[in-house]
Amino acid sequence: MNWKRASIAAAAAAPVIGLFAWGLTRDPNNIPSPLPGRQAPSFALAVFAPGQGGVARPIGDTVRLADLRGKVVVLNFWASWCLACRDEHAALSAVAATYEGQPVQFLGVLYNDVPDKGTAWIAEMGGQSYPSVNDPGSRVAIDYGLYGVPETFFLDADGRVAFKNTGPVSAGMVRLKVDSLIAAHAKSGGAK
Amino acid sequence: MTRLLASNAIVVAAAVTALGAVFGPVAIRRGRREWLMYLYAAVYTNFVLVSLSTLALVYGLVSHDFSISYVAQVGSRATPTFYTIISLWGALEGSIVFWAWVLGMYAAAVVWFNRTREGNLVPYAATTLLAVALFFHILLLGPANPFQAVFPVPFDGPGPNPLLQNHILMAVHPPLLYLGYVGLTVPFAFAVGAMLSGEVADDAWIRLTRRWTITAWGFLTAAIIAGMWWSYEVLGWGGYWAWDPVENASFIPWLTCTAYLHSVMVQERRGMLKLWNLNLMVGTFVLTILGTFLTRSGIISSVHAFTQGTIGYFFLGFIAIVLLATLVLVAGNSDKLGSEGRLDAPLSRETAFLLNNLFFTVFMFTVLIGTLFPLVAEAVRGVKVSVGTPFFNRMSIPMMVTLLFLMGVGPALPWRKAAGPELQRRLLPGVVVGVVLAVAALIAGARNAYAVLAFLFAGFALGVNVEEFVRGTIARVKAHGEAWPTALSRLVSGNRRRYGGYVAHIGVVMVALGVTASVTFKAEQEATLKPGESLTVAGHTVRFKGAWGREEQQRQVIGATMEVMAGDRVTGIIEPRMNYYPTSSSPVPTPQVRSMLTGDLYLNLMAFRPDGSTITVKAIWEPLVPWIWMGGLVLCIGAIIGVLPQRQRLAEAQSASGAPSALAEGQP
Repeated sequence: MNWKRASIAAAAAAPVIGLFAWGLTRDPNNIPSPLPGRQAPSFALAVFAPGQGGVARPIGDTVRLADLRGKVVVLNFWASWCLACRDEHAALSAVAATYEGQPVQFLGVLYNDVPDKGTAWIAEMGGQSYPSVNDPGSRVAIDYGLYGVPETFFLDADGRVAFKNTGPVSAGMVRLKVDSLIAAHAKSGGAK
Repeated sequence: MTRLLASNAIVVAAAVTALGAVFGPVAIRRGRREWLMYLYAAVYTNFVLVSLSTLALVYGLVSHDFSISYVAQVGSRATPTFYTIISLWGALEGSIVFWAWVLGMYAAAVVWFNRTREGNLVPYAATTLLAVALFFHILLLGPANPFQAVFPVPFDGPGPNPLLQNHILMAVHPPLLYLGYVGLTVPFAFAVGAMLSGEVADDAWIRLTRRWTITAWGFLTAAIIAGMWWSYEVLGWGGYWAWDPVENASFIPWLTCTAYLHSVMVQERRGMLKLWNLNLMVGTFVLTILGTFLTRSGIISSVHAFTQGTIGYFFLGFIAIVLLATLVLVAGNSDKLGSEGRLDAPLSRETAFLLNNLFFTVFMFTVLIGTLFPLVAEAVRGVKVSVGTPFFNRMSIPMMVTLLFLMGVGPALPWRKAAGPELQRRLLPGVVVGVVLAVAALIAGARNAYAVLAFLFAGFALGVNVEEFVRGTIARVKAHGEAWPTALSRLVSGNRRRYGGYVAHIGVVMVALGVTASVTFKAEQEATLKPGESLTVAGHTVRFKGAWGREEQQRQVIGATMEVMAGDRVTGIIEPRMNYYPTSSSPVPTPQVRSMLTGDLYLNLMAFRPDGSTITVKAIWEPLVPWIWMGGLVLCIGAIIGVLPQRQRLAEAQSASGAPSALAEGQP
């Protein structure tokens, strides 16, 4: 054995192994969105599921993003065929209900699905506290660069995308984001 | 019950392989040859145990035993039995079971055939095979355990991935791939055995594994072609290769293995390139493991990705061990691997093989770098990039064209030194065929320089390789007065490896012609049609007759009946469909293809009105694509010819000792 050559060769393997080890800590499908910090793409979509209580909107009513200026907006893209959407639904619906009366608008956007199936899904899941709108032709989903469902966008009161979450959200995370956006808005003197 | 049997068989197999892998080197170091039977017994026992486990899993699938986690994951009562059986390799855990079984089979067979050989090469190779098998058993006991208990036992499961039960080629492509991939462990194990036993300067490890390597290569080739075919028949985009990381993972080791098949001949003939060949074979194995790692760990984004988990870390550990061990062994042995011969002339077969190896290696690195680049870019610059088809095409097409050229030159060149007039005579048929094809391509409207060159060199290689058969057969007919078919078959069986190689070359030419023609002359048309309306692509007209729907056992099918027209006459029916599986939200498009010798008429149903009043259909004319699949078959025939036993060992020995070659060839 020529140990000198052997050790040089062994040293050459280290960076390759290191690269793979580092690579395993990354998710190749997690592509950062360019949206945070920018003005959110506008939309005008029709409500197909009204939601409950004070935040309810009649079916067929058009929700315009421009009309929501001054409110923190939580935009949740979902579909009845999406399994991960089931995981987050209860938490999202419950958290949204606790913000009733505050300058926050939760809004579900149905992605690549038909409203009838969406309505049936909501009934199956035991209701949804906030309204959901339909996005025919996935136009808004394309504007928001949707990669899959669920994805949740947190918009500040000035209509800018503050944060985007890929995959199911947790109750704690939603509260944290929404509270900080409300606080920021109050600080800037917006919530009079 | 089934679950416990399958699960415990793997536990015992893991113990047996571990014991064997430790015991083997001890027996060898102590010089106790009588102990080696226990080492070999471990190899056979492992095979029996893994077979038991695999059979039990298949039985679990077929009997819908949903208490087994793998069955609960991929099984479904609605799935036809055939697709239930092949879902053995439909998901990660099952595919590792299958892998372990194929590896166990190869190891048992190669050890059995070489069990009586003197020296330490085979014992060390058996030890290496056991060590690799142990790794897969560890996967099966840890991150890829298909035999976990499920409680409460579900009544039914979701069934396999719809894409995997939509086409018969899914029964063919994965097993071929595993037979190829895993088979490459055999020459690797013998290369390691050669290094550990000190027999590395000798060709023994190459000669003992020659057939195994060609077999594995043949399976890998068939697997790649079958994968292309599957993608073409199922995915509906009318293409067969997309440079996806998973495709690259199978192609990268194929490139080094193909290079190896050529360069070992230089070592056997001239005693040169010993270190290089060792590197190629060890590298090929490392690349198969690397490819598996890339596709199973989720480290690289791919459409084929398996479910992820901790398995990536296990593979990383294994790669680290294999890479370090082999680099240390190869580098440590490198000064024993000096060259016995040297190049005599720039124009010789050795030089052609050297260039061939140069291009195959550069090709391999190009594909490897392209595949890993997103990872490197993110590590170094923190940016997300994706490397797509344009990069791979731009880089690889010149190399493919050059390799086609070399494939024509190589067979015409003699060893050591070529003589001018003889060479001219041998190259002439190739030049003629090449020029004819290139001119034909120009007339047909090819304007891309590489396309024209590809036709030129494909024709050139075809002419030269066919000429080898013609010349040899004529010589036999003249010398022995044999009938043509007898002369041809005796010519081939007299030197199977050489003529098997030429057959494989002809297969490559067919693939190259199919690929070049389909890329250059492909035409497509998309239209929305009402019944009775028609659509024409590249002179082929199809008329929409009607749409229909029906229930099948495991799916709902929407189809369109399209009539192939010749004037007003209907000459055939093509029925592209969409298959709806209960477990999938979106339909699986199921294009249908009508194949002719000149090309395929490829129809894909894109959309339809529920009432059947209109459909949108895409029609693609794919010139010469059937030649790719036929070329794949010819490549496999070439591999089979190369593997079949030589008819006369005796004659070879005589010719080596100076007996007239005519006599040697004349042996029955």
